[in-house]
Amino acid sequence: MGEIKKSVNQDTMKRIIKLLKPYWLLVVLSIVCASLVVATTLYAPILIGNAVDLIVAVGDVDFFGVVAILYRLVLVILATALFQWCMNQCNNHITYRVVSEIRTKTFAHIQGLPLSYLDAHSTGDVLNHVITDVDQFSDGLLLGFSQLFTGVVTILGTLIFMLTVNPWITLVVVILTPVSFVVASFVAKTTYQLFQQQSKVRGELTAQIDEMVGNQKVVQAFNHEGASIEEFEKVNATLQDVGHRAIFFSSITNPATRFVNSLVYAAVGVAGAYAVIRGMMSVGQLSAFLSYASQYTKPFNEISGVITELQNAFACASEVFRLLDEAEVYDRENAKDKLDESDGTVEISHLSFSYDKSRTLLTDVNISVKPGQRVAIVGPTGCGKSTLINLLMRFYDVDEGEILVDGVETRDITRHALRERFGMVLQETWLQAGTIRENIAYGKADATEEEIIEAAKLAHAHSFIRRLPQGYDTVLSENGGNLSQGQKQLLCIARVMLKLPPVLILDEATSSIDTRTEIRIQKAFNELMHGRTSFVVAHRLSTIRESDIILVMKDGNIIEQGNHEELMAQGGFYKNLYMSAM
Amino acid sequence: MKKLLTYLTAYRKESIIAPLFKMLEATFELFVPLVMAQIIDVGIARGEDGISYILTRGGVLILLAIIGLTCSLIAQYFAAKAAVGMATGIRSALYRHIHSLTYTELDKVGTSTLVTRMTADINQVQNGVNLFLRLFLRSPFIVAGAVIMAFRIDRKISAIFLLATLGLSIVVFGVMKLSVPMHAAVQKQLDRVVLSTRENLTGVRVIRAFNRQQEEKSRYEENNTLLRKLQLKVGNVSALMNPITYVIVNFAIVAIIHQGGIAVNTGRITQGEVVALVNYMSQILVELVKLANLIVTLTKAMACGKRISDSLEIEPSLPLADHPIDAREIARAWEEGSGNVTEGKATRSSQDIAVSMKNASLKYAGASAQSLSKMNLTFHRGETIGVIGSTGCGKSSLIQLIPRFYDVEEGVVEVLGHDVKEYDLRSLREIIGVVPQKAVLFRGTIRDNLLWGKKDATEEELWEALDVAQARDFVEGKEKGLDSWISQGGNNLSGGQKQRLTIARAVISKTPILILDDSSSALDYATEKKLRESLSHLSHHPTLILVSQRASTVRHADQIVVLDDGLLSGVGTHEELMETCEVYQEIVHSQKEQ
Repeated sequence: MGEIKKSVNQDTMKRIIKLLKPYWLLVVLSIVCASLVVATTLYAPILIGNAVDLIVAVGDVDFFGVVAILYRLVLVILATALFQWCMNQCNNHITYRVVSEIRTKTFAHIQGLPLSYLDAHSTGDVLNHVITDVDQFSDGLLLGFSQLFTGVVTILGTLIFMLTVNPWITLVVVILTPVSFVVASFVAKTTYQLFQQQSKVRGELTAQIDEMVGNQKVVQAFNHEGASIEEFEKVNATLQDVGHRAIFFSSITNPATRFVNSLVYAAVGVAGAYAVIRGMMSVGQLSAFLSYASQYTKPFNEISGVITELQNAFACASEVFRLLDEAEVYDRENAKDKLDESDGTVEISHLSFSYDKSRTLLTDVNISVKPGQRVAIVGPTGCGKSTLINLLMRFYDVDEGEILVDGVETRDITRHALRERFGMVLQETWLQAGTIRENIAYGKADATEEEIIEAAKLAHAHSFIRRLPQGYDTVLSENGGNLSQGQKQLLCIARVMLKLPPVLILDEATSSIDTRTEIRIQKAFNELMHGRTSFVVAHRLSTIRESDIILVMKDGNIIEQGNHEELMAQGGFYKNLYMSAM
Repeated sequence: MKKLLTYLTAYRKESIIAPLFKMLEATFELFVPLVMAQIIDVGIARGEDGISYILTRGGVLILLAIIGLTCSLIAQYFAAKAAVGMATGIRSALYRHIHSLTYTELDKVGTSTLVTRMTADINQVQNGVNLFLRLFLRSPFIVAGAVIMAFRIDRKISAIFLLATLGLSIVVFGVMKLSVPMHAAVQKQLDRVVLSTRENLTGVRVIRAFNRQQEEKSRYEENNTLLRKLQLKVGNVSALMNPITYVIVNFAIVAIIHQGGIAVNTGRITQGEVVALVNYMSQILVELVKLANLIVTLTKAMACGKRISDSLEIEPSLPLADHPIDAREIARAWEEGSGNVTEGKATRSSQDIAVSMKNASLKYAGASAQSLSKMNLTFHRGETIGVIGSTGCGKSSLIQLIPRFYDVEEGVVEVLGHDVKEYDLRSLREIIGVVPQKAVLFRGTIRDNLLWGKKDATEEELWEALDVAQARDFVEGKEKGLDSWISQGGNNLSGGQKQRLTIARAVISKTPILILDDSSSALDYATEKKLRESLSHLSHHPTLILVSQRASTVRHADQIVVLDDGLLSGVGTHEELMETCEVYQEIVHSQKEQ
């Protein structure tokens, strides 16, 4: 187990280094600057101490010496500032550029991922990789660069400086510092439980708020306001109690560590003064020690945080890399990107396909669709009606057999060229954040205003669009915002009406639209589809009856095929289905 | 904003004690460099004899640390108490306020926004107040204290402190002022990137079907590049802060040592005091940075606070009646007049008008056109009314006028003979039962949910209502019956079960008017038919309004109201409408085969 984890970590490390490679100059510069910053920061207190040593008492001040040291101090200060700025700049550039690159890369990668991957992973998951993981990685990278490195160097540097000045007092500092960790971790442990309690109560309160505020209309319709408020007040009071304790206990950490630091300071002060009396060090060195004592503990407190952050960043990076490692789909090398003039013939021969290789779905399917024919796909819910559409659009590729469009095997042309032939409306509506106009023109970016309005009229969307506050310029929020499901579907239909594809695929395209509007849209579709081939997943019997070919599906396979009369005469599953629906 | 602060006044004592003790802590902290100066000047100067003095001073340092810790703990305790208490108060006030808003404001603000106000925003305010009480006095106090201490040691040198503090403040706050809006811009841009990514994941089929991958990529890259540019811009500004403050503090130290040398030489101050001055200077920087961070948190909290107080200031838009009529009394009188109703037959005298609309029009706030125009309708006692039309034609809008969820723009809506605007709002809603379109149930038992309709309903009444709603079977089928648990949103029930429970919830209170807004859509035809029958045989003969998209649901109604695009396109019985109303014919025709 450990071995594998280690090798994964090493692999991640290698890839992070590879990502950083183009910026190696900046990385080196950043490291050099960081080292210099630490060195000069540590040197400054020594210079200050030296200067203080030359200011002893009345008449005992070596002005020449002091001024000479101060000149050096000024140079050191300026150098520190310069290096620090330079380091900050380097880190910013490295981090933001690397992260931006990863984001673009992952996004582009997603565009090429097969749908089998995207269907199998939830949107939230993938989104997490692209946004949160990349963000955490960037934070970790920035923190790691700027704090871990300088932190470690500072601790080492301070130790060395202190040891050279006085090993005994150094010992005092080294022994006392860990006390602050012990205190901090003790507080953290006690707080943890309180925080858990708090988050539980808070969760309960949030659920209550979600319900009662989210469904406020129902609450009001039933005059339930009083009861709702009463209930709320109870939980709110509990939260007040728990929250107070949790926040108080968590806020003990800072005073407690500050207390330990004060103890260290006092110990160094006393021990240092004693050492000065014994002639083991000077007053100036004592002042340097005092400033080290406070500097020394700071990076310790930071580093523990930074290490968790870095571990997290690594974990996130490896998640992102795993996503990037998913194989993309490619078109065949010599696939043609252009199809000659299309008539809409679709020929499916000996096709076999299944999502999960252990469960066979479509086996040896043969369908021949002439230009302008309508194919209806029917069957009970969950029988796999969308599978055929996935294959036609090449969202998935067939396992065996072939699909020919206009006489060309679909894998011999690019997906781009193939999809150019198809127009698709799905049951699940998808609209982009943007204006209504942009959404309708999604498939035809150069559409004119007249074309857009015409398409909207055909889809019976024009009248509701007109009534929106900004008409066609109304900006939709993500996925259609507050349009009704039916209105969204009308826009999706308008979108495809504008594209006028040779082959049309409708997957329950009118499921959320009332029957009267549906019939009107159906008419528009019929006109649109005149002379065009279409595949329709439908439940409306009239649509099915008028189709040229009816594919009856059950349990993922096509069990009957033919036109209405033929299938009725056959007296099989279709007849049953038809009779029960009548 | 001031309004929110009133919630802190209940914790006046706490919000004075907290900063006060923080100040005490800071005061004791300020003594530390002085004690150290004494150790150097007195203890060390005495040589071997000074050791006991040094030890006592060391003891003083430890004592100072203990007192500091105690003060700090007291302060943290009261700060937490005040902040949490204030947040609790605001939460309660806002929650109550939301319950007083009407549908119009709920539409405008959006309930999800209000949920955010109630949760995330209030938490931010709590954080901000807590930090404010703990740090806002401490940091400035230490800065001021350090300057004063310096002043006490040496007047001339304290000028350096003043200058340095001024310079540091300008830099620290300048950088903050510059970077806060830039951070906001980064966040906004990041949101855009998130949106773009999520859209691409949810719409992957459409994007590929329309061959838009390339466009989506370049759109994303544009957003992403802008994000990087904004991040670098903030980075450039923030990168300046540390170096510049470092330079200011240390230059000040250089000046202190230089001036200190002169002062020591003339005997104005001692060597130990020079060390103390240097220590004070370092303290100032630490506290100013803390203060700057505090200000960032505070700005965020203030923005949240502003949003909360904006929400608190939303005025409910339905004007209250001057002399509100209690609808329950009117309903009681109405019930007494119901003797002349015989089952299935409605009377049509003018005293028996349950609902009437005269030229009623509705325009939603912010909409450009009316959603309902010129409705003239009369529903009588005991009648069954069907309302039918396409999606978005105004069916729901029409029935929402009756319990006065919205006010008409023009015209009048009357219930039981009085304008709805004359009623006490709560009493009006008590005499109208509504089954909303969306079947909403709440966490709790089935019984809890049904009691929403009538708080004191008996066991018998509960089952009676379930019978009417055709829900008895499935409730009985549950192991715990009426005490079965319903999870949030009713997610452990099917759509049909939820609908039937919401119907039972509305039926139980036996209101004279009962409205079902497309609330049987998830029921199969047979169950729906049974439901319609049981509704028409209710013993208290309510005026029943059925909204539906199904022609079969409304077919047997006494009156059918046909709506089209917000206009009345026909009113009458099925037979009449089949003769006269084209829209109705189309609807019926389109559903014939099903």
